[in-house]
Amino acid sequence: MKPASFAYHRARDVAGAARLLAELAERGEDAKLLAGGQSLIPMMNFRLARPGHLVDIGGLAELAYLRPDGTGGLRIGALTTHHTVETAAEAVLGRDFAVLRDAMPWIGHLPIRTRGTVGGSLAHGDSTAEWCLLALLLDAEITAVGPHGERTIPAAEFFHGFYTTALEADEVLAEIRFPRPAPHAALAEFAERRGDFAIVSAAVDLDVDDAGAVVAGRVALGGVAPAPLRIPEAEEVLATGGPDRAALFAACADRAAEAADPPSDMNGSADYRRTLIRTLIRRACEEAISR
Amino acid sequence: MTDTSSRENHLLITLDVNGEQHEILVEPRRTLVDVLRHDLGLTGTHVGCEHGICGACTVLADGKPVRACLMFAAQAEGTALRTVESLGDGCGGLGDLQQSFTEHHALQCGFCTPGFLMLAEGFLAECPDPEPDEIREVVAANLCRCTGYQPIAEAIGHCAARRLKEK
Repeated sequence: MKPASFAYHRARDVAGAARLLAELAERGEDAKLLAGGQSLIPMMNFRLARPGHLVDIGGLAELAYLRPDGTGGLRIGALTTHHTVETAAEAVLGRDFAVLRDAMPWIGHLPIRTRGTVGGSLAHGDSTAEWCLLALLLDAEITAVGPHGERTIPAAEFFHGFYTTALEADEVLAEIRFPRPAPHAALAEFAERRGDFAIVSAAVDLDVDDAGAVVAGRVALGGVAPAPLRIPEAEEVLATGGPDRAALFAACADRAAEAADPPSDMNGSADYRRTLIRTLIRRACEEAISR
Repeated sequence: MTDTSSRENHLLITLDVNGEQHEILVEPRRTLVDVLRHDLGLTGTHVGCEHGICGACTVLADGKPVRACLMFAAQAEGTALRTVESLGDGCGGLGDLQQSFTEHHALQCGFCTPGFLMLAEGFLAECPDPEPDEIREVVAANLCRCTGYQPIAEAIGHCAARRLKEK
């Protein structure tokens, strides 16, 4: 179908976009930011979304970057495309953030990744989205610019559920920062067709000591609730460590499947999703430790 | 900040398509694929699902494959666009990628073909010497309901090999 009509505004800078959003909100207008448009435009074409105004920030080159933050972390500008991360030079992501590059092929297909942006994906807040899961897993910090300045929101407080985030109507998501290296992290997911939305996605980030033993870790799941979730019960299992890695990963996966309360819908029953959780967490753990 | 339109108004935009500049007046809601077909008469690019699944509308924006149904024409200002019309040999004949599709029977009904051609053109520019698995992964982006994909993957691989040999 064709989208409903709307007024188009092209932003010249981030502050201007935030000001315009504030103005439109004040007038009671329904406005949306347009970045890569790979989630918003399909929704508009289906007329599931009919915003009266689009503020196009796609041309703001100052928001397209990928660089170390100087303290071991990584900053990614909101308009960086998935494809840019996927093809980033080894020197930029290094071993510490290889998990980001390796997660990219899970996102749609090549022609989606060339347009879709990191910030757009986070702001859309799909519970199975790879960036949402990675942000939550790696305790990322999200910077939003509003008409009165900027604020930083921890990923743990960002995803409120079902395409809802902590962003206000007049805020522009400007940057995501991954504060610490994640050399032993991995993401695994399952969908019936390559490129589809995941039925369940799982990501783990392991802390490994000098002898190569797992001493702690973080576990996040997508597709099991309206927002991506950390699973503290499974993280407690990882913190018990022990020499038998396979047993540890299996125990972690089982505990996550018990702790999660996934829905039953047309993509799969709750039991089916629990089986996927077990498989995918084990798979992600094995991949993470082999890095 | 420029309010380049009102709801009643159209936008005056300039598009760079296959090396030619086109100045056109469009509604903001006009997608790139509709502008290419209806305003510029470039009907080689096909419209399928209009929500980014089928890939029939794939074109190149600054050399990278994109879905022309998931882009408003206004967003394409300032990018160099290429459509399937640019693939010919310049004398009315087929380009090498098109020739390879023909030789390998990589099309039957032909509806998806322009999308596959532009997908492959963009992919080969970035990855001139692909592994068969990489080609299979890339062609998964578009839908073909005739060929079963194998001939398409072979056509792309063969074209890549021929280009490397001729270099």
